Order: sequence, then C-alpha cells, then structure tokens
Amino acid sequence: MGLNWQFITDSLPLYREAAWTTLKLGFWGILISLIIGLVCSIILYFRVKVLKTIVKVYIELSRNTPLLIQLFFLYFGLTKVGISLSENTCAIIGLSFLGGSYMAEAFRSGLEAVSKSQIESGLSIGLSKTQLVRYVVLPQAFSVAVPSIGANCIFLLKETSIVGAIAVVDLMNVTKDLIGMYYQTFEALFMLVAVYFIMILPLSLLLTWLERKVRYAEFGN
Amino acid sequence: MKTNEVLLEIKGLHKRYDEIIALDDINLNINKGEVVVILGPSGCGKSTLLRCLNGLEKVHGGDIRYRGKSLVNNDVNWQEIRQHIGMVFQNYELFPHMTVIENIILGPAKVQKRDKSEVMEQAKQLLERVGLFDRKDSYPRQLSGGQRQRIAIVRALCMNPEIMLFDEVTAALDPEMVREVLDVILGLAKQGMTMVIVTHEMSFARAVADKIVFLDKGRICEISEPNEFFTNPKTERAQQFLNIFQY
Repeated sequence: MGLNWQFITDSLPLYREAAWTTLKLGFWGILISLIIGLVCSIILYFRVKVLKTIVKVYIELSRNTPLLIQLFFLYFGLTKVGISLSENTCAIIGLSFLGGSYMAEAFRSGLEAVSKSQIESGLSIGLSKTQLVRYVVLPQAFSVAVPSIGANCIFLLKETSIVGAIAVVDLMNVTKDLIGMYYQTFEALFMLVAVYFIMILPLSLLLTWLERKVRYAEFGN
Repeated sequence: MKTNEVLLEIKGLHKRYDEIIALDDINLNINKGEVVVILGPSGCGKSTLLRCLNGLEKVHGGDIRYRGKSLVNNDVNWQEIRQHIGMVFQNYELFPHMTVIENIILGPAKVQKRDKSEVMEQAKQLLERVGLFDRKDSYPRQLSGGQRQRIAIVRALCMNPEIMLFDEVTAALDPEMVREVLDVILGLAKQGMTMVIVTHEMSFARAVADKIVFLDKGRICEISEPNEFFTNPKTERAQQFLNIFQY
C-alpha cells in the first residue's frame, strides 16, 4: 500500500494554515490560562474574602464540565442572550476557561509547597508582603509547579483539536473536510498526527529543559 | 561592652498556644552591648520568646518595648523594626533560588533601598570576615551547613541591625561545624553587638554571655552572671538542668 504523495503535497498548504490557527489558539489559550491561574491561586493562597468563593465555584465549574460543552455553550448558547462571538474568540475563551482552573491548581500546589520558615526568613529581613511574594514565594512556588504547568500546556494544546466542533478551521476540521471530499482517510489522518506531533514535541522538550533549569527548590536552603 | 542604655524591655510577657501557656510573666531588660543567653530544657519557651521579639509570634499579654516603643499593638511597623532587630534561624533559611550574594543584598537593596555599590562593599567585607567571600556566587545547596549558617549571619548583619537574635543556630550542624559558627558570634560579641542567643552549647554560653536567663515551663527561673550560673545556680531546677550536661 503506497501513500498518495500527490494528495499529501497538495493538501500541505491547508494543513500549514490550520496548524497556524491551532498554534495561535493554543498560544492565547495557554497565556490567558496562566494569568487566570496565577490570579486565582494567589486569591486562594491569601484567602481573600468573597473572591475566594468565586474562584472556588469557577474552578469546580470549569473542571467538572467537558470543554466541548463549554464551547457549545459559548458559541451557540450565548446567542440567546444577544452575545454572539466569533468562533476563534469562543475557542480562546473556552480554552482559557478550562485551562485557568488547571493552572490555578498547579500554582496552588507550588504556593503551598513554600515552607512557613522560608516566609519567616523573608519577613525577618523586613520584606513587605508584596516583596515577599515577588522575591521569595513565587520563584519557589514556580519551581515546584513547573512540571504540572508544563503538563497543562501540552494538555491545552492537544485540547485544541476539539475547537473544530464550533466551525474553527483548525487541523481537525481541515482533516475531516479532506476526508469527506477526497476519501483519502489514511493520508489525511497521517498528516494530522504528524502535524500535532511536530508542534508538541518541541514544546515538550522545552518544558523538560525548563524543569531542570528551575529545580532549585528541591535542594537545601 | 555592656552599657546602661536599655534597648529591649520585656514586661509581664504572656503567650499561649490555645490552652497551653508558652510564656508566662516574662520580665527582662536587654541593654545595649549586652549578650543575653537563654537556656532551658526543650519546650520551655526559649525560641518562642525570641520569635516574639521579631514579631513572628502573636503576644497575648504584657509588653515588649524597643527603645521605648511598644511592639505589641497592632499598628507596629514590623518592616521597620526588623531592620533593627535581625534574626538567624536554626535551619539557616537562606533562599535556595538565590546565590549567596543575592541572599545578602536582597534586604539592604529592596527593603532599605540602599545604594547597590555601597551594599556590595559591605557584603564583601562581611563575607571576608567569615571567610566566605570566594563563595559569593554559589547557591546555598552547594555549601555545607556551617557555611550556610555563616552566610545567614552575614545576611542579617548586612542590614546593620542594632540587636541580633540567634535561635539555636548550631543545633542543625555537624559537631565539627559548630565551632566555625560560634567563632563568628563570639567575634560579634567582642565588637559590642547586642545579642540574644538561644543555645544548647553550654561552654559557649559561658564564654559569650553577660547574662544567663534560665527558662522552665514558660517562666524565668533565674537570671544570673554566667560564672555564677554554671558553678552555683540559685535554683534547684537549674541545677537539675546543668546535671544533664555532666557525664
């Protein structure tokens, strides 16, 4: 069984464009997730009144509903109340809504790993609360949280394969179209796997490198 | 070096953890230039007392005054006070993600907002004094316990504190490293630094102290001159305690 190379070469530009869309969605999704996660984890860490409850509700809501349904709700559901967002915006909001809670949990585990005595040590040299967070707590928390943050990034990039369901012209959508039009199922799926692999492998390697780089927290003080 | 100027004044200090009384009616004055060593069995409240002086514990009664200013009400500016009252911990507590020099200049640069080159110069002098200038770019994990503790002392000193608190700073060290740390503290005593030291090193206590405070069950049992305390303690409880150290 030979591959239909003609088909592969012809469809390459379509895949390239779709890969670019996926990467963009993934990039914004991950970035906004990181910001949401950081803010939420700090609210939980300092037990900020009222906000703390809101964050907890958000995390449960986000973690206990499927991304597909979150996306459907944003894209089809919100039109009912007069909000109609473009498919790409919906995809980014959906990914961030889901990723934010995962990132929050990752950051929280890092924050909780910072020992009380390290905090006292920071206080004893006169650091203010903000300085303490900035110079002592966050760097150490980050070091502990990096592996789970990395896993979440890869998870989110993979989850982008679902956004085709709300008409985003992403890799999955392009593949399905090509299969429908040309019946080159194997080639189309082969390309899909290859493109995802090419996108995620470097990210994986980069995160492994970063993990090693910031591992100082597990050593002595 | 001891003077008559009172720096710290502790009056009727009371502290409890839920139902357990940790400190009960502690009265103690610490003069400028004085070296006060606090001794006592484990769990007697030595460390708690020290931590109260650095605002790391909530006080439930009585008063602590630093240069006449009370440190027990809610509007105490501890960021300010802690620049004058430095503290060194049992487990060093250097910041593991920073190099030695970064650890040392963090407080002076960020809290005291001092000029960086001036701070670097002072850090250099202090590091040379404890013989660790060549390790300034190392990370804490690359140093031995004794070296880490000497760095922790330098970190506190670089803030130019008026009083230094030492909380069992040799308790986590291997025996052969105890000496190098104690020598640094002894050097400070000779320079006239006001210090409050919690330790289990009896011969060191005797050598360095101007005043021994013996604590038991959260209360001060006796305050004596070191020679008097070690040869002829006033209380039976102190005698029992000292007997443990004799083989």
